[in-house]
Order: sequence, then C-alpha cells, then structure tokens
Amino acid sequence: MIKIENLSINLAEFSLKDISLSIARGEYFALLGPTGAGKTVLLEAMVGLVPVESGKILVDGRDVSDLAPEKRGIGIVYQDSCLFPHMTVLENIRYGLHFKKIDGNETKNRLNRLLNQLELNQLTKRMTINLSGGELQRVALARALMVNPAVLLLDEPLSALDPNFRGEIQSLLHKLHQDTDTTFLMVTHDFNEVLSLAGRAAVMNHGSIEQVGDVSEIFQKPRSSFVADFVGMKNIFPVNYQGTSARLGNIELELGRNGKDSEGYLAIRPEDIVISKEKLSSSIRNSFKGIVLKILKQGFHYEITLKAGGIIFTALVTKSALFELGLKEGKPAYLSFKATAIHTF
Amino acid sequence: MAFILVPLIRMMTAPSFEGLKGAAKDRDVIKAIWLSIYTAGLASLIAFLFGTPFAYLLARKNFPGKKLVESIVDLPIVIPHPVVGIAILGVVGKNCWFGKILYEMGIRMMGSVAGIVTVLTFVGMPFYINTVKNGFESISPRLENVSRSLGASLISTFFRITFPLAGRSILVGIIMCCARCISEFGAVVIVAYHPMIAPVLIYERFEAYGLKYSQPVAVLLVLICLILFLFLRILSMPKKKKI
Repeated sequence: MIKIENLSINLAEFSLKDISLSIARGEYFALLGPTGAGKTVLLEAMVGLVPVESGKILVDGRDVSDLAPEKRGIGIVYQDSCLFPHMTVLENIRYGLHFKKIDGNETKNRLNRLLNQLELNQLTKRMTINLSGGELQRVALARALMVNPAVLLLDEPLSALDPNFRGEIQSLLHKLHQDTDTTFLMVTHDFNEVLSLAGRAAVMNHGSIEQVGDVSEIFQKPRSSFVADFVGMKNIFPVNYQGTSARLGNIELELGRNGKDSEGYLAIRPEDIVISKEKLSSSIRNSFKGIVLKILKQGFHYEITLKAGGIIFTALVTKSALFELGLKEGKPAYLSFKATAIHTF
Repeated sequence: MAFILVPLIRMMTAPSFEGLKGAAKDRDVIKAIWLSIYTAGLASLIAFLFGTPFAYLLARKNFPGKKLVESIVDLPIVIPHPVVGIAILGVVGKNCWFGKILYEMGIRMMGSVAGIVTVLTFVGMPFYINTVKNGFESISPRLENVSRSLGASLISTFFRITFPLAGRSILVGIIMCCARCISEFGAVVIVAYHPMIAPVLIYERFEAYGLKYSQPVAVLLVLICLILFLFLRILSMPKKKKI
C-alpha cells in the first residue's frame, strides 16, 4: 500500500499543499484534475524525482521520502512510453533485471507471462522505433511490471493513443491489475477510463486534493462546486437551504432530505433533467415551466438551455426527443428532475 | 560559395606535384602535422573527460548564475587568439604562484607539448561543451526517470541510457573541438613557438621563404585533416534503423 502524509512540495513554479492519501495494496486508484492541478508533480514526488519539503511517503509501511528513486519500489509509465530507443523490445523489458536480483526461474516465468499477456512474443527482437503506439505502451507496461514494483504509477497512459489502441490497452490494464498485487495509480483526464478501471479516485486542484472516495461517489456526490464542475455537472447554483427545500432564484426545490447548511451549492446533471411539453403527472416533485433559450448539437445529443424562474438550466436530449417534443428556441417547455438528482454540497 | 571556394581551390591547385611530394618527405613538415593532430587529439580527450560531466550538469540542472557560467564557457570563442595565449602565459609563467608550482613539479609550459595542449584545450573546450550540452538536452529526462524507477542508480542510468543516446553528439563535439584545435595559431605561437605545430610551421615558411614554400605544407595539412574529419563524420552518422 502507499500512504502519503501531509506532503508539501515547493517548486519555483509550482507547489503541493498538505496532500494526504492512502491507497490499499492491489487497489486501482485514479488521480483526476485539470491541467496544472499538480498530478504529475505528485507522481514524480512519489517516484523521488521532486524534492519533498515536508510530509512522508510510505510504501508498504516503509518511509521512502528520503530514498533515491531506485530504492523506492515504485515504477512509472509515462503517456509517451519512454522506451529506450537504443535497445530492442526484449532489452527494454529486461532492463530492470540488471539491478534487481530475481531468481532465474522466476524471471523466466514472469517474462513469459508478460510476453503472453501483452502479446509481445513476436516483437522481442524489434527496435522500438518500429512499433505502433499501442505496441509501445504494451512494452512500457511489461518493462515496468517485470521488476514487480509495489506501486505502479501510470501518467495518462492512454492519452497519446489512437482510439482503437486505447480500448485495447484499457482492457489490458484491467487484466494486468487483476493478475498482480501491484497497486496501480493512474493519472487521467478521461472519465471513461476512470469509470471502467478505477475503484477509488481523488480529484486535485491548485496543488491540493479536493475530494477522495469511490469513483461513483465522486461522480454522483461531488463535495465541492469545483469537483461538480470538473466531473461534468453543468447546473451548479448557490442556494439557501430551508429544511428539506432550497430556494433557487424564484423557484423552490424539493430536496426530499435536509439541506447541508443554511447556504451552499447544489448541482444537477444535465442528463437527469427531463424536458416535456406539458407538466409531468408523475412522482417528480420538481417540475417548472421555462423558455428554451438555445439548442446546441453535442455529438449524438442536443444541449438545451432553458430559463425557469430566472435560473438558466442545461439539459441533454436525444435527436428523436428533440423532434418529438418539437423544441424550438423561444418556445415554452417544462423541465423536471427528481429530488435524488439534486446533489448538495 | 565562390567566396569560400575560390581562395581554397586556388591554394589547393597552386603547388606542383613535385612540391607536394617534397613537402610530404620533409621530416619537419611530417613532425609538425603529426604534432598538430596529436595535440588536438589530446586536447579533445581532455575536453571529453572533463567537459562531458560539465555539459551534463548544464543540460540537466538549473542553478543561480547558470547564464553567467554558460557565458564564461563561451568566452574563449570571442577572445582574440593572442590574448588567450597571453592570458595562459600569465598563469603558467614563473611570475604566478601556479606557474611556480608547475615549475617545481618539473612541468614546463613555455615551448612544450604540455603548453600547446593547454592552449588547445582552452580554445576547443567551448565547442565540445556546447555541442554535447545540446545533445544531452535533446534526450528526454523522462528516459532517465524511468531508468531510475527500474532500479538503476544515477551513474548506471548515465552510462546505460544517457551516454549511449548522446554518443553521436559526443563524437560531433570531439570533431568540433579537434577541428578548432587544429586551426589554432595565434594562441599557440605565444605559448609555444617550438615545438612547431603545422600552422606555426606554415607561418614560418611563409615569413622566411614566401607563399610558394608555405603552400605545399598548407595543402598537405588540409588534405590530411579532410581525410581525418571525413572518417570521423562517417563514424558519427546516424546508423541505419533495423527493422
């Protein structure tokens, strides 16, 4: 397991403040955040490439904060693979064995297992310059796992790949993680990767951690307006809570539970808002009449901007729903959402 | 192009074959050319040994006053050559404490091979350091990071990853340094007129006997250097990629 205790880093151009994080052995953990949030600096601090100002980094209970990178047992795979260009695929994979004493049989077994798992048997004699993006990343993974690190850090391992390779490496990562007891810590911008690979995640912003928790919790129950915005919640509003309801502009929302504080924020995912021509006669208690301000095509969906009670909401509808409902800019429509779709923080 | 080529072609074609043959058999000429190559090689070796770690430091580390250090490294390029000779003489001469120490150790700089090598190292070092520094900078530090994370120490990483990848830049740096050393005249003539390196011999022949007697030696030096550098250039060419 890896444990980070009150870690602070002060670089000339960047700083990390009081980071604390605990990741269990064998866990698949994702580190999220916008560019410049400090994710890569945190990874490099774990590897030992960035000096730590205060705090501790513990790997399986051992304080590695002051150890050289080669003594930490932490591997790293960068987005651009970083294979050694003057070596063959096999030489790259075996590189770490020069410095670690591993039993001959175990080395052979591990090498064969990785070559099979990552389908690299045909490529061992090739120079890395001739490999495709997916092959490069497979070799990088084999090289890192060959020395069986306690923790493997993955710095956006899929972001430099074509979409067809991305799916392939994603499922390989899932399989590799299941077959080893190595802790995987992955930095990513892609929510699909987080949802399909990671069990828990942390969201970073401006050099500190905003929220840590189960992936579903982070996406469904963001604890700050930043996290809500970052995970794609578009309707984020400051509100006044009054018992089980909240006042938002001229409208009163039913929460179905007590609000957090007297003042705070709430968020509603655009896909949780139902648009209709008439008021819905269902159990949905939050239903308001508004006016369609804008209709914007967003890939396979349409983003509808509506104004209700002086508040501007964003909702998503499919193409067929758009035509069935006859939604047009400047025309009235109803927007409804369940109390459980309202996230308070 | 014509500005560069015309004087060179004129000089190369001026001496007769007999004149060239005579120069090639002249022991003084052979000795001077050999001394030029030998001292330039030694200076490049010193630049390689001391300049490589220094170039690595400049390429990888940021420290206060780095720009100043880089400017100091470039200084020998801009100083007039006789001034370099005078400056070195000021340090290794008997009037300076350092010169006295050398004298007591039995090391003579004035008019010696050691003096020539010192001067050549001084003028050649910036070319080596700048070329190799650029080479190190072109290697992603992430490759070194990965190597360290796989268990290699800083030294192992340097010799297994950085050094082989910078090999071509190092060879080009040696060529640049060597070329600069072979062309040096002004600084050497002040510190060591004797033993004579080729440029000093060419100058002496020009002064004593005129253009006609200096040209064959010059042509011979240019031809030998051309072959030598062509060979080194071929060595430093990127290898064909294996598939």
